[in-house]
Amino acid sequence: MKGRLKGTLALAACAAAAFFATSGTALAQANEQFFPVLVYRTGAYAPNGVPWANGYVDYLKLVNARDGGINGVKITFEECETGYATDRGVECYERLKGKGPTGATTFQPLSTGITFALTDKSFTDHIPLITAGYGRADSVDGSVFGWNFPIGGTYWDAADILVQHVGKKLGGMDKLKGKKIALVYHDSPYGKEPIALLQERAKTLGYDLILLPVTHPGVEQKATWLQIRQQRPDFVFLWGWGVMNSTAIKEAVATGYPREKMYGVWWSGAEPDVLPAGDGAKGYNALVFLAPAGKGAVHADIVKYVYDKGQGTGKKDDIGEVLYNRGMVSAMFGVEAVRKAQEKFGKKPLTGEQVRWGLEHLEITPEMIRKLGMTGFMEPIHTSCENHEGAHAAMVETWDGKKWNVVPNSRYESDMKILEPMIRASAAKYAEEKKLPTRDCSKEDGA
Amino acid sequence: MFFRENGQFKSTYRADMQLLPIVQDRWFMLGVIALAFLAVPFVATDYLFLSIINPFLILTLAAIGLNLLVGYCGQISIGHAAFMAWGAYAAYNLVQRVPMLNFLVVLVLAGLIAALVGMFFGIPSLRIKGLYLAVATLAAQFFTDWIFARVKWFTNYAHSGSVSTAPVTLFDWTLDTPRDKYLFLLGVLIVFTLIAKNLTRGHLGRAWMATRDMDVAAEVIGIRPVYAKLTAFGVSSFYCGVAGALWGFLQLGSWEPLAFDLNLSFSLLFMIIIGGMGSILGSYLGAAFIVVLPIALNQIPRKIGVPLSTAMAANVEFMIFGSLIVLFLVLEPHGLARLWAIGKEKLRLWPFPH
Repeated sequence: MKGRLKGTLALAACAAAAFFATSGTALAQANEQFFPVLVYRTGAYAPNGVPWANGYVDYLKLVNARDGGINGVKITFEECETGYATDRGVECYERLKGKGPTGATTFQPLSTGITFALTDKSFTDHIPLITAGYGRADSVDGSVFGWNFPIGGTYWDAADILVQHVGKKLGGMDKLKGKKIALVYHDSPYGKEPIALLQERAKTLGYDLILLPVTHPGVEQKATWLQIRQQRPDFVFLWGWGVMNSTAIKEAVATGYPREKMYGVWWSGAEPDVLPAGDGAKGYNALVFLAPAGKGAVHADIVKYVYDKGQGTGKKDDIGEVLYNRGMVSAMFGVEAVRKAQEKFGKKPLTGEQVRWGLEHLEITPEMIRKLGMTGFMEPIHTSCENHEGAHAAMVETWDGKKWNVVPNSRYESDMKILEPMIRASAAKYAEEKKLPTRDCSKEDGA
Repeated sequence: MFFRENGQFKSTYRADMQLLPIVQDRWFMLGVIALAFLAVPFVATDYLFLSIINPFLILTLAAIGLNLLVGYCGQISIGHAAFMAWGAYAAYNLVQRVPMLNFLVVLVLAGLIAALVGMFFGIPSLRIKGLYLAVATLAAQFFTDWIFARVKWFTNYAHSGSVSTAPVTLFDWTLDTPRDKYLFLLGVLIVFTLIAKNLTRGHLGRAWMATRDMDVAAEVIGIRPVYAKLTAFGVSSFYCGVAGALWGFLQLGSWEPLAFDLNLSFSLLFMIIIGGMGSILGSYLGAAFIVVLPIALNQIPRKIGVPLSTAMAANVEFMIFGSLIVLFLVLEPHGLARLWAIGKEKLRLWPFPH
């Protein structure tokens, strides 16, 4: 019996090993480019995670259905549920990184916490991480963060643009002196990212910064808004995600704090953030990251090639929401990077390392944006080895109770004179802590 | 038939008191260890190491630590992730500020710092018991979350509060591949398991168990409750501190205070409840249950070709996982370790049960 039991145990162990082992093995060699899709369709952040994931997957489906893949290389993809939890995100990453004939193309975790963890792995795995509008602000520096691409903007850009906007509203940056700005933030790396820049700006502009952390998931904000009632800041910057955003707006209504003076980052400015607050959200402002809500030529294509064929990921009515568009644009970055890299490496499935070359030579001109059908949903992007960001502009939008309207003349670029030294210093500190070698971009750019 | 101690005579006290008195058990254990050291490193894939085996080894260590306190000494704690956090941040600061220290020394020091903090938060146990103590240990959790999120010195002034570490080097051995990490973790776990097993058999463990079973009676027979309870808190936190340092350096690489939140404390508690309180083996089984099962459940629908949407698969995972916990607790309230023990009892009589 002992023997038989041992046999059974061994068999069970082997079965378990085989079960997990096949998770990592590649499929048969095929003309396919594999896109892992890290999503969260469940949990506290699902209302925001779902539209993003739908936009992302729909765009991949569109490229397959309309163009037959990227220059003939079919896109394959697999979703993995992270639930916005870092440990599950890392598990998903490990599960998917080896799939497809050449491994994963690029990861887009849509979570700053997961980005921090994956950044660590990118140095050995050589798979690029695209973090469009989130992630580490200092990862703009490609000489240290060789595999991170915060394309289109970081939280430091966002914070800087908000300061510029409220400065302009007051009639000049010098008017900010003595004003009070409160930052209501998600108490995680995501929410803490902008603090460094806001403090730096406060030094020269002379405003008072009030820091008000909100613990995950952000449904309990009574104490936070009590402090706002007491201190009466001139502006409130909201750095929330998921249910925290709508809760903050509801609390603002309850406290009587004017929504017109509230400014959200681009992750606090989508439909799920304002709709639960009903009429109370009217007048609330937020940043627009690349794509505002609305539909363009690319959406018509998605309806025609994906939804009309019954292949749609979400509901047809939800196409064109803020986060849907952002997911779509994020997927586009990955696809265009592969296309760019194919120019150099040939029209075949590419490895992460080759895709990185594409990401570092991404040039999305207004002409290309028109061709992609994204006019009005994209900023021109130009990346390089030193600059993994490519663009650092954003607009401000206001919620009128029904939809988001872009404020006229509200396109700002962040002040690189302030950001640049901060980025270099922070990246250098990271490299020292991790004992990382830095790349010499001047030698690599031609390669 | 095979699993029987007939004919195994003990002629010395030493032989009678050894860890595994039955020859078959000894061979079985040696076989498992040999398998773990010689076979697993060559068979397992990187995915298995990083997502399943390594987290399992580290959380087992933490579960053993918690089991020493809750299972052996009877003091409930629902804040043990806090002591892991202390270990992790202590190790981070030691590596950053005193870079010449060997990682093994860092591990021990991190454990000792966590032990000090643990003993401090154990002081209320001298006056309060049971659920009231559980609530008091919750304070450790929230205080720790707060201190590492707010006091910038501990995170070396990282602007987003997230710290990151360099690969660990031991003498000339750089632990950068999943396999190296596995071998190191396995070594650490075996050493700590042996220590824990022997502690529970020695006078300290007996003092703990006496306190657990009836503290007034324990006091009457000469066990000082201050000593028993505080040592339990100290040793338990030491284990968790070491596990926390390993979790940070060898599993996460970079982390924020959220990595050691209340959820992790609950997971640890579930591990020992499901695995078996007051059993070292139970810590292993419980950790395996909590670490492996959700990941396996998540992958099963895709493996067997049932096309479930991502959200549905995630929800099914929660439902099945929850029902399995209930099922196991109903079938055997004393945990998986008790099931194992019952199995062994049955084996001794097989094939001729009375």
